[in-house]
Amino acid sequence: MIKSTYAATQPGAVAISDRVHWIGALDPSLRTFDIILKTANGTTYNSYLVRGSEGMAVIDTVKEVFSETFFKRLESVADYSEIKYIVLNHLEPDHTGALPELMRRAPQARLFISQRAQSMLKALLKHDQFEFTPVMTGDTVSLGDRTLRFLNTPYLHWPDTQCTYLEEEKVLFSGDVFGCHYCDARLFNDRVGDFRFSFEYYYAHIMRPFREYVLKALKLIEPLPLSMIAPSHGPVLRDRPDQYLLHYRRLATSALDSEIGQEKSLLIFYISSYGNTARMAEAVYEAVGEIEGVRASLYDLEGGEVAPFVDLIEEADGLLFGTPTINGDAVKPVWDLLSSLAVVQTRGKLAGAFGSYGWSGEAVRMVEERLRGLKMTVPVEGLRIKLIPTDEELDACRAFGTSIGRALIGDVENRIVEMVQR
Amino acid sequence: MAKAKVTFLDTGVTVSVPVGTRVIEISEKVGAGLIYGCREGDCGTCLMKVEEGWNNLSEPSVVEEKVLRENMAGKHFRLACQAQVLGDISVRPA
Repeated sequence: MIKSTYAATQPGAVAISDRVHWIGALDPSLRTFDIILKTANGTTYNSYLVRGSEGMAVIDTVKEVFSETFFKRLESVADYSEIKYIVLNHLEPDHTGALPELMRRAPQARLFISQRAQSMLKALLKHDQFEFTPVMTGDTVSLGDRTLRFLNTPYLHWPDTQCTYLEEEKVLFSGDVFGCHYCDARLFNDRVGDFRFSFEYYYAHIMRPFREYVLKALKLIEPLPLSMIAPSHGPVLRDRPDQYLLHYRRLATSALDSEIGQEKSLLIFYISSYGNTARMAEAVYEAVGEIEGVRASLYDLEGGEVAPFVDLIEEADGLLFGTPTINGDAVKPVWDLLSSLAVVQTRGKLAGAFGSYGWSGEAVRMVEERLRGLKMTVPVEGLRIKLIPTDEELDACRAFGTSIGRALIGDVENRIVEMVQR
Repeated sequence: MAKAKVTFLDTGVTVSVPVGTRVIEISEKVGAGLIYGCREGDCGTCLMKVEEGWNNLSEPSVVEEKVLRENMAGKHFRLACQAQVLGDISVRPA
C-alpha cells in the first residue's frame, strides 16, 4: 500500500478507505476521448476493490490496453480466489476492457450488471458462455460485514448505467456520473490540480443530453449519506461530496427561469438570401402569436451563433426552421445548428420546416428528415413556396403557423387519412 | 385487402391501413410522435402505449418480450417497429 501524495504513479493499489482500494489506470497522454471530447491532461480509468469479511468485489475495470497495470494493482492487495463479485456500473469498453481476462482469472466471481446491460454484455464479450445477475434499485449483495447496494440510474450516459453504494463506508461508486477526464496521480479532489473546467466540460458533453435522467438519479442519490463519491474517471471526490450533488442539480436545472412559464415555447429559426424565406417566417410567426398558450420567438440564423441557440432549443417545446434551397440543399447555417444538437435532448419536441426556393426546393424535405432523425415529431407537412410569396401563399404560411401552434397546445383536429405511398 | 384503423392519440390522426402493416411504418408516414432507433426490436426507442385494441396487434416475439422486460414496460406497451396491425387500435408514444 502506498501513502505518498502521488500514489497512483506507483504500481500498487491505493487505499481510499479502510476497505476500499483504487486499482485503476492513469492515461495522461490521451487528448481525445470518444471522438467528441478533448482533454488537456488525459484521463483515468478508475476501478475499485472492496474488501469484506467474506470476500472481495471489483467495481468496474479499465480500458483493455491498461489491463496489465490494473492486474498488478489488484494483485498487490488481493488474490483472484478472494474475488466474490464483479460489478459493472457501465459497459463502455474503457471500463470493461479488462473484464474477459478478469473473468478468466477469477472464474468463481459472480457478475452483477443492470437490466439494460444484458444485451450489451453479450455484444461486448461476443459469446454466450457466461453467467451474470441483472440487478435493480434496492438489490443488495453481501460481502459479510460490507454490503453493496445497487441504484438503477439509466442513461447516464448509456442505457445500462447504474451506481453502486457501499453502505457501511458510505461510498458511492457512481460510474461516469460525477466523473471527468482529468488525469492526476494525486487522485483525490482535495489534492489534485484545478479540475473544475474538466468537470463542467464533461457534464456538458456527456450528461447534459440526459438531464431529466440526471435529475431522476439525483433523487435516488441525494438521500444517501456520503463520505465519498468514487467515479469511473477523474478525481475521487472525498472532500465535500455533497457539493458535487448540489452542483449536478444546478447544472441539470435551467440557469435562468424562463419567463414563458406555462405557455408552450416555439422557436422559429430562419435564414434568407432575398427576403422571401424571411417573409414566410414573419407570416408564420404572426399566426402563431394569435394562438393562446403559445409563445413564439423569431431568430435570424445570420445574426446568431450556434451555442446559444442550442441552449434555447434545449428548453423549447417546438422548433421551426425556415431555409431557402441553394444548389439542391438547405444552407450551411441551418445544417450547422442541426448538427450541433447531440448535446441536448430533442426527443418528442414538435418541429417543422418551410422555405422559399427557386426551382427545385429540396431543402424543406431534407430538414424535415433531419428533424425526424433527431426524434422530433413533425406533425404538419413542410411548406415550400416558389420564389416570392404571393398574398395567398402568405396566407398558407399563416395557416401553417396556426396548425403548428395548435398542435403545440394539443388542440389536434382528428383527421382520417388513407395510407398511401408518398 | 383487409383494412384496420390506427389512431395516433398524440397527433389525432387516424389512418386506414392494410392489415399486417407495422405501426412504425404508419407513424413515420403521417408524422405521428412514435420515433425509432434501430428498427430491429432491440433499442426500445419506439416503445408505445396501446390505449385501445391491445388484442388487435401481432403477438410479441421472444425478442420483443425481452426488450419490453428490460425496459420495465407495463403490459399494454409494445414496440412499434415489431407490432403488426391486425385490427383497430389507438396508440401513443410511451
